[in-house]
Amino acid sequence: MQRIGVFVCHCGSNIAATVDVKKVVELVRYEQGVVYADDYMYMCSEAGQQKVMEAIKEHNLTGLVICSCSPRMHEATFRACAAKAGLNPFMVEIANIREHCSWIHKDMEEATKKAVILARAAIAKVNLNTPLQEGESPVVKRALVIGGGIAGIQTALDIANAGYPVDIVEKEPSIGGRMSQLDKTFPTLDCSSCILTPKMVEVAQHPNIKIYSYSEVEKVGGFVGNFEVDIRKKARSVNEDKCTGCGVCQTKCPLGKTGKIPSEFNRGLGTRSAIYTPFAQAVPNVPVIDRENCTYFKTGKCGVCAKLCPSGCIDYEQQDQIVTEKYGAIVVATGFDIINLDKYDEYAYNTCPDVITSLELERLMNAAGPTGGHLLRMSDGKAPKDIVFIQCVGSRCADDRGKPYCSKVCCMYTAKHAMLIKDHWPEMNVTVFYIDVRTPGKNFDEFYRRAVEQYHVNYIKGQVGKVMPQADGSLIVQGSDLLDGKQIKMKADMVVLAAAVEPNKDARKIASMLTASIDNNDFLTEAHAKLRPVESPTAGIFLSGMSQGPKDIPETVSQAGAAAVKVIGLLAKDKLKTNPCTAKCDMFQCNGCSTCANVCPYGAISYEDTLVRGPGVNETRRIAKVNTALCQGCGACTSACPSGAMDLQGFSNLQIISEVDAICR
Amino acid sequence: MPMNENNEFKPLIVAFCCNWCSYAGADLAGSSRLTYPENVKIIRVPCSGRVNPMFILRAFERGADGVIICGCHPGDCHYSTGNYYARRRMALLFSMLEYMGIENGRTRVEWCSAAEGAKFSKTMNEFCEKIASLGENVRLGDLRCKN
Repeated sequence: MQRIGVFVCHCGSNIAATVDVKKVVELVRYEQGVVYADDYMYMCSEAGQQKVMEAIKEHNLTGLVICSCSPRMHEATFRACAAKAGLNPFMVEIANIREHCSWIHKDMEEATKKAVILARAAIAKVNLNTPLQEGESPVVKRALVIGGGIAGIQTALDIANAGYPVDIVEKEPSIGGRMSQLDKTFPTLDCSSCILTPKMVEVAQHPNIKIYSYSEVEKVGGFVGNFEVDIRKKARSVNEDKCTGCGVCQTKCPLGKTGKIPSEFNRGLGTRSAIYTPFAQAVPNVPVIDRENCTYFKTGKCGVCAKLCPSGCIDYEQQDQIVTEKYGAIVVATGFDIINLDKYDEYAYNTCPDVITSLELERLMNAAGPTGGHLLRMSDGKAPKDIVFIQCVGSRCADDRGKPYCSKVCCMYTAKHAMLIKDHWPEMNVTVFYIDVRTPGKNFDEFYRRAVEQYHVNYIKGQVGKVMPQADGSLIVQGSDLLDGKQIKMKADMVVLAAAVEPNKDARKIASMLTASIDNNDFLTEAHAKLRPVESPTAGIFLSGMSQGPKDIPETVSQAGAAAVKVIGLLAKDKLKTNPCTAKCDMFQCNGCSTCANVCPYGAISYEDTLVRGPGVNETRRIAKVNTALCQGCGACTSACPSGAMDLQGFSNLQIISEVDAICR
Repeated sequence: MPMNENNEFKPLIVAFCCNWCSYAGADLAGSSRLTYPENVKIIRVPCSGRVNPMFILRAFERGADGVIICGCHPGDCHYSTGNYYARRRMALLFSMLEYMGIENGRTRVEWCSAAEGAKFSKTMNEFCEKIASLGENVRLGDLRCKN
């Protein structure tokens, strides 16, 4: 028979405003097993926990029910509290009377009734709880970072500098990510490459960092501390160890001169050869053969690169390679892209080459870009006179064409673009159509005001309805000025769209491999929006950069550091406590049918010939055996087992049924 | 039959929510103050695949008027495959329940992620309305347990 203590939390007024806490205490006091019931203003406070610990000792409690906020919030707190008082931490159950009751209900009587029922269900469950012991599992002291942009680079460097080996997997031929495509950065106007490339080089030369470029994560198995990851090293067709990065192959590739292959790095504005590095400062500085376009791969003829390569490192026969590595922790830093603008016909993006995205403008203004840093129209190669920027293209969008969120960086980069243009080419007229200008960041508003006050950029509050290409090559921008209440028609030579950011296309695939939560916009979900912002709810998975939500470079770098610290904290441990809520087989019921092993996602179940001795039996049978180090406690086997032999500790059949009964009482 | 003061039928609804997605979605509905009726009572399970048909039968037997099982979206299961098993298992169970006279509307499987507080609340509101329109579950209800 259990001796249960029930503690009902007021949570200030969070619970007490809608739930009559005192009444709950009185109504649960006579439930089966309850020997003590009390309430307190803040159960999670030190004084509240003290109260719990004292009650455990004074009343010899064997089980606890805390009626408070979600177990996802404070289950760990109260388990630790129980353990301090000498009670097995798994004898604690939480009745969620805040998120699932007081916060969503208005009627005090009904909410109180519901709180009592939830408490009763938890009490019924605790009556059947048994003490569980946590196991231990070793930690592989190596981290994996998926994505080699600034987020991944910074995370990897921070982990590596703490002394742990890190692997970076980057699907492009070079690390660097989006930041390497940028020209300048706000609000300081630093040159993006100048601050990024030293970090790329540091990564390449760091003894603790290994870069898998042109590689993708293929499969992830295992769990926190013990992930096993298959990495596909895509065939580069170039021997990475022998290549010196001299670049002869790229300059001599016959396809380079035809200008037929658009350069992905230049967002399709420039061209590249079939054997290429995305940009001059690529790390590693080893080219890749684009097999889809290469003449040798298409026709079997050519082979110029192989003939001219001084170190003989071209290898047309190279195959994809799968590397399997073990990691203790994984950081997702898969970054972002900008949305496809096919649904935005009104801006004529697909039909007019002089309507470009801001990321394309970055390439046009970059000295290493397709125009050598001269801002020229893509249609006729002439310098534009009137440039119009359109904000929030797909951001803060109410319909399903765009994204509901604010992309966060556009207001600032547009101010940057406007200033840079006015700085280089004072004769150009720059107009910005905006909905709101959002500048919440250090030195951000000052920066925006400089664009308006010092550079006289024409900011118009209003949306653009249509961009109309004209026969003479110019564009007419039709919009509204909300402050003047007027319709505006304006001539432009170039239109720049601040297209919304969205998570990398692979984010969902990767999240699914990692069993990490992801939201409807494909941003990875944090374990707690405020208190655990760089951790995924899945243990051992950490989040860095835009994969978690829109953010600028300084925020990305700080978040990368935060993720690194969490990884280091994990890798610094020699052993991790494992979840004791694992499956357990009742040998008297089991008939060794293999159903459970077939549904187990972790291969945790095997079969052993076991001597079964009990009332009426004394024979050796094939019995399922659960490897508790592998079992993650999903319970798939328990519902699949035809004979009811499998049960899940902590969520046993009887426990759940007792909850059902308590609710339906 | 439980009635409120306006003599409206107040159904009893049991919701099984997986710990990783839907329970967190319900938490988000709570912290976002997105209301749904009090008659929904949530039971936390590690995974929708943990929901044994026995639990659902038990709920109906003990007088529940509707049972809803919420899990992670297909492909997003924390344990990779649990929700696929749940989906198949529930399809079978629901067709059997219908055969036994428990209308299909009384049972539902819904996918709800940790970020979908609004969806959770909307689903529960819809489900409650549906069950209220179906009336009391008398088919399997153990009348001794219901008052």
